[in-house]
Amino acid sequence: MKKQLESRRFVIAMIFLAVGVIYVARLFYVQVLDDHYKLDADNNVLRRIVKYPARGLVYDRNGKLLVFNEAAYDLMVTPKRIQEPFDTLAFCRLIGIDKADFIEKIDKAKKYSRYKASIFEKEISAKGYAKIQEQLFNYPGFFVQTRTLRSYPQQTAAHVLGYVGEVNAKKVADDPYYKSGDQLGISGIEKSYENALRGKRGVERVLVDVFNREKGKFMEGAYDSSAISGSKLQLTLDNELQQYGELLMQNKKGSIVAIEPKTGEILALISAPTYDPNLLVGRARSSNYKTLTQDTLNPLFNRAIMAKYPPGSTFKSINALIGMQEGVLSPNTYYSCNQGYYFAGRKMGCHVHRSPVNLVYSIETSCNAYYCNVFRSIIEKYPTAAEGYLAWRDYVTKFGLGQKTGIDIPNELEGFVPGTDYYDRYYGEGRWKALTILSLAIGQGELGFTPLQMANMTATIANRGYSISPHLVKSISDEPLVLIDSTLERRETGINQEHFKEVVEAMAKVVKQGTGTLAKLDSIEVCGKTGTVQNPQGDDHSTFIAFAPKNDPKIALSVYVENGVWGSRWAAPIAGLMVEKYLNDTIAENRKWIEKRMLEGVLIANSAEEEE
Amino acid sequence: MMLFGWLNIYAAVYNEEFQSIFDTSQRYGKQLLWIGTATLLGAVILFIDERFFATFGYLIYGIIILLLITVILVGSETKGATSWFAIGGFKIQPSEFSKFATNLALAKYLSTINIRLDHLKTKLAAAAIIGLPAVLILLQNDTGSALVYGAFIFVLYREGLSGNFLLIGLFAAVLFVITLLLQDVTLTLPFELTLSGASLLIMVIFILLTSIYFASRQKKKIVIWLGMILIASVGLIKSVDYVFSNVLEPHQSKRINVLLGLESDPQGAGYNVNQSLIAIGSGGFSGKGYLEGTQTKYDFVPEQSTDFIFCTIGEEWGFIGSFLIVGLFMTFLLRILFLCSRQRSAFARIYGYGVAAIFFFHFAINIGMTIGLAPVIGIPLPFFSYGGSSLWGFTILLFVFIKMDADRLEVL
Ligand SMILES: [Zn+2]
Repeated sequence: MKKQLESRRFVIAMIFLAVGVIYVARLFYVQVLDDHYKLDADNNVLRRIVKYPARGLVYDRNGKLLVFNEAAYDLMVTPKRIQEPFDTLAFCRLIGIDKADFIEKIDKAKKYSRYKASIFEKEISAKGYAKIQEQLFNYPGFFVQTRTLRSYPQQTAAHVLGYVGEVNAKKVADDPYYKSGDQLGISGIEKSYENALRGKRGVERVLVDVFNREKGKFMEGAYDSSAISGSKLQLTLDNELQQYGELLMQNKKGSIVAIEPKTGEILALISAPTYDPNLLVGRARSSNYKTLTQDTLNPLFNRAIMAKYPPGSTFKSINALIGMQEGVLSPNTYYSCNQGYYFAGRKMGCHVHRSPVNLVYSIETSCNAYYCNVFRSIIEKYPTAAEGYLAWRDYVTKFGLGQKTGIDIPNELEGFVPGTDYYDRYYGEGRWKALTILSLAIGQGELGFTPLQMANMTATIANRGYSISPHLVKSISDEPLVLIDSTLERRETGINQEHFKEVVEAMAKVVKQGTGTLAKLDSIEVCGKTGTVQNPQGDDHSTFIAFAPKNDPKIALSVYVENGVWGSRWAAPIAGLMVEKYLNDTIAENRKWIEKRMLEGVLIANSAEEEE
Repeated sequence: MMLFGWLNIYAAVYNEEFQSIFDTSQRYGKQLLWIGTATLLGAVILFIDERFFATFGYLIYGIIILLLITVILVGSETKGATSWFAIGGFKIQPSEFSKFATNLALAKYLSTINIRLDHLKTKLAAAAIIGLPAVLILLQNDTGSALVYGAFIFVLYREGLSGNFLLIGLFAAVLFVITLLLQDVTLTLPFELTLSGASLLIMVIFILLTSIYFASRQKKKIVIWLGMILIASVGLIKSVDYVFSNVLEPHQSKRINVLLGLESDPQGAGYNVNQSLIAIGSGGFSGKGYLEGTQTKYDFVPEQSTDFIFCTIGEEWGFIGSFLIVGLFMTFLLRILFLCSRQRSAFARIYGYGVAAIFFFHFAINIGMTIGLAPVIGIPLPFFSYGGSSLWGFTILLFVFIKMDADRLEVL
């Protein structure tokens, strides 16, 4: 019996040993074989703190600051740290919200996390922050986090600059650079130059304890990177010209695009009505955005690149050039006009002027009959109308019309020059001819070009045959865009330079003594062409293209004033004032009356009535 | 070993703001104080005659029982357990000393001449000696410490308790687990009959026992035994079912469920074990280095200087360190068993087994829970965990045995 009990100590020893062996095996598995605990451990203690870089500043071509960053303050809350008693009413008064708001925001924060901080109130202004800061120590659990907001000191060029907003879920899913809550450019320059403007985020890895308290840098900051500020952008815009153009276009709908012909640099890009870009910043953005979208005048719509209008009579210059290049027209070609062009029992009307008409006079007086003849001779030079039309169309597209200019802001419209398939569908294949599509001769009909395309076309005439891709950015971090952007190119029209001589001459006469005399300047020879765009919805649109000076053009522009009826009435004087402002910097005394009339002109009331 | 333990507590609560090692307001400072006094205590014990313990065994037991009763009445509360006397800045936990006292009393009782454990009366008396402090500690809401008294089954086994009790204990534990596993299982039978998991288990056992009955030749002899097993099983299953759904607090049953893998809840009850595993697992083979443990230093592991002290070792010293600790404990336990077997007096031998059993239980549960192999029961790792009472308790427990061993030749 005793011996038997003696041996029981081995049983006990075995049990002890068995447990020991099992534990060692388990420890070996957990510590050596299984890796996932190590990852979990890093997730536990390492926090990546993203350092946001300052977004790049934006200047105009003369170094005027257009966009900078302003400090804004987010009120953060860590629900778990809020201490009772909490004076909700006083707190709400401080922040400027009501109690229902407060409860909703706190619930949202709690839903996100009780332990982690989240935004309670976004983007408080510096002024609001000063008030809150004094009192905030009374409310543990709340603190303020600074960040920056875009600010637009010139309050101008909203459509060019665009705006910045919070990244959406789709973008976060598509682009690993962005995390939820990040800011990015949503339209305009802010969007197209996002990569340059956003800079480079820095990362700081810190060790934290279980309460999220920072305990120091990970590996003494060996893996940290500092934030690199966004690149500085210099625009091609001339801020003064831009602001002046916006002023001229106030209370009107339409657009002005001005280009420096030799470089393709856009000097002004105006879409009216416009809005103050500061409206789309900070906590008021969403409500302001809503107001702007509900405005029947559609101020968010960038007419300069997104609206298409028929070119009207301004297009006659182009048909003249094509005719000469095709050899069916010379400066001495005469056509008679008896208040219109008669064909197949129909009539394309014209106004009263002397007849017969030569090339220069045809542009000066804007004779419709002359261009019906010119257009017909171009098309009928070829065996079939389709072939003739395609040849003509080829020239038109070489002027950059009916295709994207490639301007460096998003959402540019392509415009429209019908293909032969369009007419085949409409009239049947082989069942249309020059006379069927005669409205193209005078720039009406199906044609649809953006004001930007028209300005680019004007720059091409000013350059006597070529254009440079129009663009809005002059340099990135002081490096000229022409050296960086390979898409900037010189585009040839294929029309001989000598053919431009007569057309330019004629356009100079338009301003000197024709329909565009309100654009005439004493000191500078301005070339231009008026146009009237038929508008089935209401009063016709007034349009004018111009460049100056005649022999060394520094500015080429197109002006559209919706419902302005005659090109000579609104578009021409506005174009003249723009040229004068840009080249002379001041408006001559004898032209002040024109400026006053333009500034005071109100054309949006008309359309508002029509829309009712 | 004590020094190693202290260094680890220092690591666990190491904080750059408190550079002074001897700052008694910090835990490692306090622990240093405890270690000092414990060493002194050990030395004093070595000068006390071994016969003192044999003689005053029951008296010491009686005093401790009184203390346990007093603490329930006037003790201070920590985490729901009223098991402390607060004296100044330090707290004394009588339950840590009652293990020693119980062991002493049990050894004295069982070593009495003509005591045989196969007598029912002896069994009951031994159970009473063990059970009384256990129940008192249970009343203090300190379940973990009460469970330690289960360790004495090893002592009883060594001293002649039938091996069947170990088996029955094992069988009961298995049944317990299976019952819990089946607690949410409901079997749908034809004729719209449903069968709960517990009933199913009872049926299985019944069929099993019946088949044993038919397979057996000595049917008359075995039928009583089988019947008893059946009744006991049914009783256990039913009571587990009942206790689990009606008696235990939700957080207690949740802890057990998480341990059995029935519930996964990393932020809740499983949080401790999960964080503990992360800390130990992240140590890798060779560890992060002394004082470099991020998980333990930044408080991701709860109770890391007391019950989860092993995490600090695992994280900072890696597998090498934890292997060393397990090895150290194994050597230590086997050494005690060896010392027991060379004791000439039954009193010293039984006492020695008690020491081994208590240390084993603490070791098995404490390390087991940090690596997810044992339920989360808050009991300290001997000599490692922070806590003066436990250190003193273990010191006394151990040094008394060392003294007995040193004096063994005199007892003739
Ligand atoms: Zn005419």
